[in-house]
Amino acid sequence: MDLHLLDAEPTVEERAAVDAFLGAPASGWEGGERRARDAHTAAGGHAARGRRHLLLPAFHAVQSRVGWISEGALNYIAERLTVPPAEAYGVATFYALLSTVPRPRRVLHVCDDIACRCKGAAELCAELERTVGPAYHHGPEGDHHAIPEDGAVWLRSPCLGLCDQAPAALATVAGEAPVERLFGNVTTSQAAQVLSGNLTPSEAPHPRLPQAGDPSLRLLRRVDSIDPESLDSYRANGGYQALRRAFELGPEGVIREVSDAKLMGRGGAAFPTGRKWDAVGRQPVRPHYLICNADESEPGTFKDRVLMEGDPYSLVEAMTIAAYATGCEQGFIYLRGEYPLAHERLQRAIDTARARGLLGRDISGQPFHFDIEIRKGGGAYICGEETAIFNSIEGFRGEPRNKPPFPVQAGVFGKPTVINNVETLVNVLEILRIGGPAYAAIGTESSTGPRLFCLSGHVVRPGVYEVPFGATLRQLIDMAGGVPAGRSIQAILLGGAAGGFVRPDELDIPLTFEGARAAGTTLGSGVIMVFDDTVDMVDILLRIAAFFRDESCGQCVPCRVGTVRQEEALHRIHAGRSQGGVPGEVALLEEIGLAMKDASICGLGQTAYAAVESAVKRLHLFNGASGR
Amino acid sequence: MFGAGGGTSSYREAEETDVIFLWGANARENHPIFFHHVLKGVHRGAKLYVMDPRRTSSAQWADEWLGLNVGSDIALANAMAREIIHAGLANEAFIRRSTTGFDAYAKAVERYTLAYAEQETGVPADVIQRAAHTYARADRAMICWTLGITEHHNAVDNVLSLINLALLTGHVGRYGSGVNPLRGQNNVQGGGDMGAIPNRLVGFQDWTKDSAIRQKFEKAWGVTLKPTYGKNLTDMFEAMEHGELKAVYAIGENPAQSEADQGRAERLLAGLDHLVVQDIFLTRTGEFAHVVLPATSSWCEAEGTVTNSERRVQRLRKALEPPGDARDDMWIICQLAKRLGHDWGSPSAEDVWNEVRSLAPIFAGMSYARLEREGGLQWPCYDENHPGELFLHSRLWKDPPEGMLAPFSVTEHDPPLERPDDEYPFQLTTGRRLDSYNTGVQTGGYTSPLRRGETLDMSPEDAERLSLVEGDPVRITSRRGSVVAPVRIDKSLRSGLVFMTLHFQDQVKTNILTVDYTDPKSGTAEFKACAVRVEPIRAGTRAERVAALRDPDTSA
Repeated sequence: MDLHLLDAEPTVEERAAVDAFLGAPASGWEGGERRARDAHTAAGGHAARGRRHLLLPAFHAVQSRVGWISEGALNYIAERLTVPPAEAYGVATFYALLSTVPRPRRVLHVCDDIACRCKGAAELCAELERTVGPAYHHGPEGDHHAIPEDGAVWLRSPCLGLCDQAPAALATVAGEAPVERLFGNVTTSQAAQVLSGNLTPSEAPHPRLPQAGDPSLRLLRRVDSIDPESLDSYRANGGYQALRRAFELGPEGVIREVSDAKLMGRGGAAFPTGRKWDAVGRQPVRPHYLICNADESEPGTFKDRVLMEGDPYSLVEAMTIAAYATGCEQGFIYLRGEYPLAHERLQRAIDTARARGLLGRDISGQPFHFDIEIRKGGGAYICGEETAIFNSIEGFRGEPRNKPPFPVQAGVFGKPTVINNVETLVNVLEILRIGGPAYAAIGTESSTGPRLFCLSGHVVRPGVYEVPFGATLRQLIDMAGGVPAGRSIQAILLGGAAGGFVRPDELDIPLTFEGARAAGTTLGSGVIMVFDDTVDMVDILLRIAAFFRDESCGQCVPCRVGTVRQEEALHRIHAGRSQGGVPGEVALLEEIGLAMKDASICGLGQTAYAAVESAVKRLHLFNGASGR
Repeated sequence: MFGAGGGTSSYREAEETDVIFLWGANARENHPIFFHHVLKGVHRGAKLYVMDPRRTSSAQWADEWLGLNVGSDIALANAMAREIIHAGLANEAFIRRSTTGFDAYAKAVERYTLAYAEQETGVPADVIQRAAHTYARADRAMICWTLGITEHHNAVDNVLSLINLALLTGHVGRYGSGVNPLRGQNNVQGGGDMGAIPNRLVGFQDWTKDSAIRQKFEKAWGVTLKPTYGKNLTDMFEAMEHGELKAVYAIGENPAQSEADQGRAERLLAGLDHLVVQDIFLTRTGEFAHVVLPATSSWCEAEGTVTNSERRVQRLRKALEPPGDARDDMWIICQLAKRLGHDWGSPSAEDVWNEVRSLAPIFAGMSYARLEREGGLQWPCYDENHPGELFLHSRLWKDPPEGMLAPFSVTEHDPPLERPDDEYPFQLTTGRRLDSYNTGVQTGGYTSPLRRGETLDMSPEDAERLSLVEGDPVRITSRRGSVVAPVRIDKSLRSGLVFMTLHFQDQVKTNILTVDYTDPKSGTAEFKACAVRVEPIRAGTRAERVAALRDPDTSA
């Protein structure tokens, strides 16, 4: 490699953080002391370049130890992993959770996204600005030098996936024993205490399932009912029966059951899972990889978190079955970085399963080997896009790839890859429990099985709800207790920021793939966010527009430019400075939106206009307004 | 190889081979086009091994770098051979059927144990062993080398020791397997092809040994050819020294700066009765000339052909009118002939090429029309229907093999003649960088963001020991002369090894330092190894140090 390393040296602590993760350098050529042997030989090449996938974890190691990644630390990591420092910098700056400018060790990420806005996030942030100071601006031009290293700062954050306990915040304290806590129902005084170091929020068991104990539950039946950390508790409640069944069926049999069940992907794209598995299983190229997409970052989505925190073994078992069916020996859980509790519980589940022979070699005495590694995301929404995950795991910027080739042909590391969402995988347990045909009988003809919905915003009992496909929007909102007394619904956001709004007179839309399609909307990741009549919808649109502008990876022009122009037009409307009147701005938004939809590489750009479009066309938000 | 001076493989094969040995070659910088093909192979999964005293930018791409001591190549190659033989990895069928001299060779390498090789080369035995096994076990493997092998007093033996490895394992004459000297410029190969070497006429034909060849040329040219070889450059300087050679006609060559022991070269050139220099710029050699003939730049101001490292003959086309009085080389030569009493007319480049085709069988099939149509052709190409050869020596795999069997050669480790001692404790090795050619005649005229001027590159350990920081001026002294250059600290060097280029001869005459011990078989000097002393210039002020750098003292 043509490495042009910098002169910057890592500090002792940074070096220790990297070495603790990568091990001590094997030679002077990797950043260690020059030894006699180094004068006459060096190993590198394929073996060295093959370690690039450790780049993001190495950055996390420094970030969580020191609180930010200095030039010296970056240089040392680049040298250790044979990655050009410029590329390493490109990767480090891609992720919001990593900082390449000085940042104190104690940081509070306060969610100011749309669900939390319904529950006072804006007021919380305003209070913090007043009492603690402005949010830390972490651009290289920011006034960061003024902040002492042992101080603390707060940042505004996009959705943290704790919408049922809004407003939410994530506290991180870097150090030898780093602390990360995601906590809800945040008050100003709590936030201030966390920042002053007087309070470390305890990691309360997050899942608070409104339906807990309901015997009709299939996917959620163990959540809040069993000890999520105990394999025995999991087994005592039906755990690992599905894997046993899978071994009876054989790989083809498992795929047949999944195909018969007509399981569709729950991540948003609704692709038939059986077809995906079959395509990978047939690929002669080896190895095959399995990835669980747990980068649940769509604003308003938290169902996967609830599954992972409340029933982590179910995901481990489901992945084991998927790997068995498709011939994978290595699996990754690409977990969003803001889910420390899910991380901890999944890691424990994986370690325990491995210790009990349920992962590793010869699983349950079968000639089948499989193991799982958790890869922690870095706070990038785009990394929920499947090909962006591949790049992220491989140690590149998490930019989506062009398709084809499709993941089933050439996914992570260029090999055939199965990539499924958490909820999709957990459905496989139910399919093997009751059989494909029985599963297919649940729901409707084209939307089979149970489905999880994330209710948030102005409902009485926010949370994750499981219903068979076919329930209407009204039924779901009623299950969540409807809007608080005395209020009325103004709009409902379906499917998250990439989804669309519907009106209160459209509550009878059946929540099925075909029903949503017929109504011209989408289920997306199962978000149902309710806005009552007190909400300024333009403010919500602005937050969504800012979200897409912030999260665009910048790789392709329509999205990189379009998301900025879209936000600007909305700002002009909101501030009453429309150019050519509101209709002119609306026409401009439409034009920008079409360009993004038609010409963006990936789903982010293609859906960045969706919410705005629905606000214009369904909510008629700008009708009659002549510029405020 | 084995008679014809050219690499056996095509570029394409480097992309599709499994193991590549870059031996004494920093192709990343000096053969960047070829290295792109290597990188394609590497990205496809090929293993790359680099043998070089420095951990060069090429070596940084390698799966393993074998940082041998300067001039210990034969010890390394022979130890690998012994290891291959002892591990039972020699290709016995190929050896038996297609080679000669194996028994003597096997006996000769027997003393090159891994331990001995480690002691002589510095490369750990396990690394040598692994490289040997990787090469021998590969389905396809190629060895590529350049001046790190040939700029030694035993250059030919160095080359032969590498060819031995290919014969031992059968890695020659098959697609993806071969032995390849890389050519540093677009037409180094073409120079040899056209007979611009003292011991072969065009198409590598030896007129001294084969009377049919001699008669063919005598008939075509209407002259009588003396049955003796000419002199190579080193011989010529010897002859100048002895007063035998009094007049020199130098075409596109700058020996005043490219020869080792530059002080001697300049003295001899200055002492000639008559020196004619034909070049595109006024070179240092031109400054000694009695007559300077300004020539055209062949890649843009003249018609003709070039041959690249994969033996591909390609057309060159004139794009520009030459400036001023510059004239096409061919025109100059024809005019010279005319004034010396031989009217050769005014042939076009194609006329001359057709004469080449009529006299050299390996080019016979390459008409201009075909070269144009087929994007160049690889020699040998015997007739208009011959497609040219992708790789050479497939004949060795015929049963029985066709033509001459491939001979093993016994070569023995023979370290550089001038080795570091107490008085001159550093080993100086010289080389080239990405953005410059040789003495800078072709490259000094444009700026490059990479160009830093001449430096003495030194390991961090030595710099620390001498209390030097980057940019400090030092005096570098060999037994032949002394120059001043700033220090550049370079981790790719180990303690005791220093490096310079010859790109900035007008500022720092590196070749004043080098030694002109030459290989009697090839005439190449040992540019890669001489012993020097490095002394910090401890001028009192920074201004004085800068002055020392600006006005380097160049005499010993």
